[in-house]
Parts: sequence; C-alpha cells; structure tokens
Amino acid sequence: MADTRRINLTVNGESHEGEVETRMHLADFLRQSAGLTGTHLGCEHGVCGACTVLVDGEAVRACLMLAVQANETSVTTIEGLAEDGELHPVQRAFQEQHGLQCGFCTPGMVMSLAAYIDENPSPDERDIREAISGNICRCTGYQGIVAAGLQAAVEIRGGG
Amino acid sequence: MKPAPFTYHDPTTIDELVGLMGSLEDVKLLAGGQSLMPMLNLRLAQPDHLIDLNTVAGLSAVDPTDVGLHIGAMVRQADLMKNDAILTNMPIMIEALHWVGHFQTRTRGTIGGSMSHLDPAAELPAVALLYDAELTVNGPEGSRAVPMREWPIAYMMPNLAEDEVLTGIDFRYWNEPHGYAFEEFARRYGDFAMVAVGALLAVEDGVIRRAAVAIAGNQPTPQRLDDVEAALVGQAASGETFQNAAELASQIEGMSDSYTDGRYRQRLAGVMTKRALTRAAARAEGGS
Ligand code: FES
Ligand code: FES
Repeated sequence: MADTRRINLTVNGESHEGEVETRMHLADFLRQSAGLTGTHLGCEHGVCGACTVLVDGEAVRACLMLAVQANETSVTTIEGLAEDGELHPVQRAFQEQHGLQCGFCTPGMVMSLAAYIDENPSPDERDIREAISGNICRCTGYQGIVAAGLQAAVEIRGGG
Repeated sequence: MKPAPFTYHDPTTIDELVGLMGSLEDVKLLAGGQSLMPMLNLRLAQPDHLIDLNTVAGLSAVDPTDVGLHIGAMVRQADLMKNDAILTNMPIMIEALHWVGHFQTRTRGTIGGSMSHLDPAAELPAVALLYDAELTVNGPEGSRAVPMREWPIAYMMPNLAEDEVLTGIDFRYWNEPHGYAFEEFARRYGDFAMVAVGALLAVEDGVIRRAAVAIAGNQPTPQRLDDVEAALVGQAASGETFQNAAELASQIEGMSDSYTDGRYRQRLAGVMTKRALTRAAARAEGGS
C-alpha cells in the first residue's frame, strides 16, 4: 500500500492541502497536485537547475526535496514572482536582454537569479556566472542571461 | 514519481531515530538530500525505509566549545558560510564551501551529509582532516567519538555501522596565527573536484612552524599529506620549499576513473598543492 502523508503548505501565497505519496518530490507536487507547471523538470537528479523554486525564501532544487519535507513551508514558484501583473525585475530583464529562447531553463534561471540578487545586490559578471553555474541552458549561450542578471541587479538595488 | 516506494519516517529525537534504525531493515538516512535524492530518483538506491533527519531536534546548531566549535550534523552548508565564528576562526571552511555544489544545493546540503556520503572529491571531509576534527556517532550503545583520520575506511565508506548515525563534528581551532588556502580544479564550476587541496600554514620569521595539508579527489578517500607536512615544517616559507612539497604530493599514486587518468590527477595534485601553499603563506605573512 502506498505510504502517504497529509501536507499543508503555502504556494505563492495560497494554502495548498493534500494527501501525497511520501516518495513524491516537491516539483511533482507543484506540477501535478498544485497544477503549477511553470516549474520545469529537466534531469530530476540535481544537475540542470530547471526545477529551482524558493522554499521559505531560499533557492532549492525541487526535484531533490520531498513534498512531505515542504509541509508547513512557504514556496514561491515562477508563477508567484510577478506582483499585480507587474513582471519581477529579473523577468523583465530576461525579456529585454534576450535571456531566453525555448524557455525550458528559464524558470530555474529566473528563480535562481532572483534569490541570488536578493542576497547579493551588487554582483559582478563573475558572480552572476557563478550563480547560474548550476543551471543548464542548451539554447542561449548564456550571454543574454548574464546580461539580464546584471541589468536586474542594477534595478533591484535602485539604479546604483 | 521517480523514487521506488519506501516507508517514510520522521523521528523527532535522537533516541527515536536510533530506535528506528535498530528495529528496521534496509534503511537509508535522508540528510540534505543533495546526493541521496538523485540516487533515489535514478533508483540506484531503493531502500524499504527512509528516515528523515530533518525533523530530528538538536542536530542543527553551531556551538562554541572551550577549544573550538561543535557543528551539528544537520547544519546546512549555506548556514556554515554565514557563520561568524567560522568566518573568524576557520575561514578555510568557507573558501572550501564555495566549491561545494551550487548555492541552490548548499541551501539544503548539510555538513553531516557530506561527511557520511564521503565522496572522494568532497571538500568538507578534507577540511575536517586539516583540523583533526572529532566526529560524534550515535548508536544503540550510546555515542562514541571517531577521530577524523579514522573516519574514511574505504571508497565512500565511513566508519559507521548500519545502526549508527553521525550527529555532530568537533573542530579545534589553531591558536597560532596562520594562513590558509583551498584550491580546487574541476571541469565546470560546482562540479566534482578532480583534485582539491587545502592548506593551513603557521609562519614565524619566514620559517614554517606548523603545517596541515589535505587532499581530496586524488584517491578513493580524502587524505592528510603527512610526508608533505614533514617536509614543510622548519623550512623557509619559500617558492623552493613549496616546489619540493608539490613534487612530494605528485608522487602519490592518483586514481583513474572513466573521465580522468590517474597520472593527470597526480600532476594536478602537485599544482594544487603548490598554489595552496603559496597562497596560504602569503596570508600567513600578511597576518590574517
Ligand atoms: S530537474 Fe531538478 S535539477 Fe534538473
Ligand atoms: S532557453 Fe532553451 S534551454 Fe535555455
């Protein structure tokens, strides 16, 4: 018989309650149970970074955490980043700097950079490259993503 | 769902945890999950029982001791990097942590997980070797202390019985002023080290008074380089001394795997040793 638990967590400000199999990882919970398919799954073993979400404000790989472990936490996914229809500065910078092509890696890239810039508001190019070193993009060649990270950081720290 | 079915347990105390481990068969312990979760998702590991350490109280604190620091096994790598006592007294740990995975894995990854998984390329066991750390292990008969040098038994095999769990690690600070450096070479930033070398050097009037050098990635288990240290102490902190030390380090047979030839690892061992010693000496003389 499947081993299940009841969990209750906040996703993008809304409470989600449900019965999950204990072996379900958080990304599957977000995609299948919460219906939030913005969080992507590339490798499901911690290498590509496509599944990056914020758990209690910290960037984590959602394929390497069980849904039961997210019980009573607050999760932010790419769907929760824009506020009142206004794109988050990292999202807007991706658009303006051509930081995406197919978009598969983008949710993970954006969540990673949003979390990183939040803690390190004055990154240089090397810092941005280090911050996305755990995120794989097969399309862009990374230049647009790095440019987007730098542009977003300027905006987030208030133009300085 | 990727992992094969298991029964999940979330004990809240060390006693409950040890009791579970004693009564269940085919158990895996889940710490930060940054190595075990991939193995579960790939079904390389298919345990009947998964015991979550994240719910166990008392494993997540960093506490000062008379001689240094006691670090709970479940302290996250990201939290170690923000710890003031570590920054002041063992900054090499923070330098090494920059090489551990990525910032998105360090938010979950723990020190105890790194020590117990004991990947040959892992950085934290090498740092623990530098300080001759002492590990506390809990089991059905209570707790025992394991000196770091006796922790690695073989490739990815710590000195830990089936029914035992690592609960904490004690570090003893170096009291004398010293310099430090952690050097690593990997194909991609955040990837497994081909070779990593950490060094602590106390230098007085241009002469090396105390040295600790540890290497990871080169062999099936991390090692302290005793011969290299012996060749350093009492010598001038000079390029020539470091070159000799590097040559000694590159004589230890390196392991080969599908990606990297042992002889290449040996070369790297020399280069990384020299870089680490040179940088550590510069910091020692700069007084930091
Ligand atoms: S899907 Fe999680 S890291 Fe690739
Ligand atoms: S935009 Fe296609 S993978 Fe990055």
